[in-house]
Amino acid sequence: MTAPAPHPGMPTYLGMPAFPAAARTAVADSQLRANLTHATHTIRAKRAGAVAELSDWEALRQAAKAIKDHTLAHLDTYLLRLEENVTRAGGTVHWAQDAGEANAIVAGLVRAAGADGVVKVKSMATQETGLNEALAADGISALETDLAELIVQLGHDRPSHILVPAIHRNRAEIREIFRREMPDAPAGLTDDPPALAGAARTHLRQAFLSAQVGVSGANFAIAETGSLVVVESEGNGRMCVTLPHTLISVVGVEKILPSWRDLEVFLALLPRSSTAERMNPYTSTWTGITPGDGPENFHLVLLDNGRTSALADRTGRQALRCIRCSACLNVCPVYERTGGHAYGSPYPGPIGAIITPLLRGITDPVDASLPFASTLCGACYEVCPVAINIPEALVHLRAKVVDAKREKTFSTERVAFDLSGRVLRSPRLLAAAQRAASASRKLVARKGRIRRLPPPLGGWTETRDAPAPPPESFRAWWARTRGDRS
Amino acid sequence: MSASAKDAILARIRAANRVAGADGVADADAGYAALSRDYLRAHHDAGIVELFAERAADYRAVVERVPGSGLAAAVARVLAARAAAVPGPFVVPDGLPGGWLDGLPGEIALASDAPPLSPAALDQLAGVVTGCAVAIAETGTIILDHGPGQGRRALTLVPDFHLVVVQAAQVAADLPDAFARLDPARPHTLISGPSATSDIELIRVEGVHGPRNLHVLIAEP
Repeated sequence: MTAPAPHPGMPTYLGMPAFPAAARTAVADSQLRANLTHATHTIRAKRAGAVAELSDWEALRQAAKAIKDHTLAHLDTYLLRLEENVTRAGGTVHWAQDAGEANAIVAGLVRAAGADGVVKVKSMATQETGLNEALAADGISALETDLAELIVQLGHDRPSHILVPAIHRNRAEIREIFRREMPDAPAGLTDDPPALAGAARTHLRQAFLSAQVGVSGANFAIAETGSLVVVESEGNGRMCVTLPHTLISVVGVEKILPSWRDLEVFLALLPRSSTAERMNPYTSTWTGITPGDGPENFHLVLLDNGRTSALADRTGRQALRCIRCSACLNVCPVYERTGGHAYGSPYPGPIGAIITPLLRGITDPVDASLPFASTLCGACYEVCPVAINIPEALVHLRAKVVDAKREKTFSTERVAFDLSGRVLRSPRLLAAAQRAASASRKLVARKGRIRRLPPPLGGWTETRDAPAPPPESFRAWWARTRGDRS
Repeated sequence: MSASAKDAILARIRAANRVAGADGVADADAGYAALSRDYLRAHHDAGIVELFAERAADYRAVVERVPGSGLAAAVARVLAARAAAVPGPFVVPDGLPGGWLDGLPGEIALASDAPPLSPAALDQLAGVVTGCAVAIAETGTIILDHGPGQGRRALTLVPDFHLVVVQAAQVAADLPDAFARLDPARPHTLISGPSATSDIELIRVEGVHGPRNLHVLIAEP
């Protein structure tokens, strides 16, 4: 796989084709589809069970939504409070307007620590900023320690899911990657998941024990106390935030919560929504520096990178409530078939289809295609633990994309819709159009279906058949048979 | 550069909230206090200790309920079983109630973390014995605040075996009560079963980087 092209905002996958082209390739990959169907269907049923256990799920969801909306409306106040409390607890706070600034800050801190490598906890923020590539360009190696991230890194691959970046790989493929790329993989490694997990444990052990610098994201940052929270399963997160001398956490500005007690809401919602567990195996919280326990240096990098643009979008800003659980991916009929790579961004699936264009804008064809990567079935909204109305945001962004196109270029679609608007407003024109359509049915339809329209209308029939126009419209039939009685 | 980035971000936030019409709200703290929280403070109000035992066991922790008077004997039995399988000493954090280790068989070696053991030394231990700060019945979670009797975070992370003693009175019914009992200034580790992953085909598999063996003794009055 080639190295991604650089981009100031979210560099990871630019240069990918827009969603429709990428999706076509993905859908043709039967192994990929089998892997995704298996994984998403497994988790769907489990999530439903974990959620059904709590009779007050909807109340939790509404409380989470209210807390996040409140926080976003006072984001400046809460960020300043967070900075003050992190600083008081012995940490250092940095502010980064975009990916480039964030990566430069991290690289500088790593060098200042005298290190040439970091161990990393899975983090969407650093995926978004392309930190690993930026560090590599600076001669600093970044070791991903989350099992799925490790599979992606060893496979020279791209993540395809928010929670399980290697969801597109099945156990047999993972075994092959380990045998090929992991020098210390045990001889006779099987594709039994516990054996694969054991191989990863052995492979990373020494790196953890000797790490000088750890890099993490955070699921939550508590303004009132300056505490950071990392939710994980494997213990690699605990290793990275505990054992190194220096810890650097890159955190989107929207990850903030006003107070410690808000965790009672978000830790009830997040594990059940993401891995369908009552609680994930490990959650770490830390507040600045604790003498004698954990890193001696703690740096928090607060990242904007388009979040303030999203915040200015009255409908789109709700996407900033997202807690990255990935429930919307797992229920999405489009994601289930295309997988994550087709979305051309670290944020795939329904949430990616709104958050990527909100963060990056819609000038790039990849980003402009994303709001259309949905059937608007609404399953994503139903499972979202912070009640993000994704279909509403998708429709809103579609309108923005269409408006932007309207300003710029001639489009057959535009002309067709203008024309049909005029025809539908006039009973006389409509009757004439219906007569013309009925007359043309022998010309364009075969066996009752229109399979291909001539240019410039061919685009419409590229991906769908249309029914042949009836020999007579309803209005014409009514006038002919009952006209006298009306 | 960092001061100007901060100013720019804050200015963009204020402008965005103005544009989106979200800036008319009252003062942040008053607005926060007025948020409605209609969720339950607890999902169970009876049989809390039993619920905790059941839910912790759901995630493949080995859970035993023992009377307080039998705690030392239970600790000795569990450590002896582990020692028979894996050589090496058990690290004991400062502040562990002395009585818990009364009656350990002589062949079981203990190690102290003062002065602090290196990560490599922690990796050679047979295990660690600690208490905890709080437990959550609803989710089967144990919370360490790394205070006396619990040790710094690395102690309960690097060794592959963790024996934790939970006093019945430490079990909170649900998350709200549990978080209210904690001091946010301290570091915390929430533990729900042994280390696990869902990264292969979204199926939970136990045993990655954290302790693969979690043994819980619930001491009841």
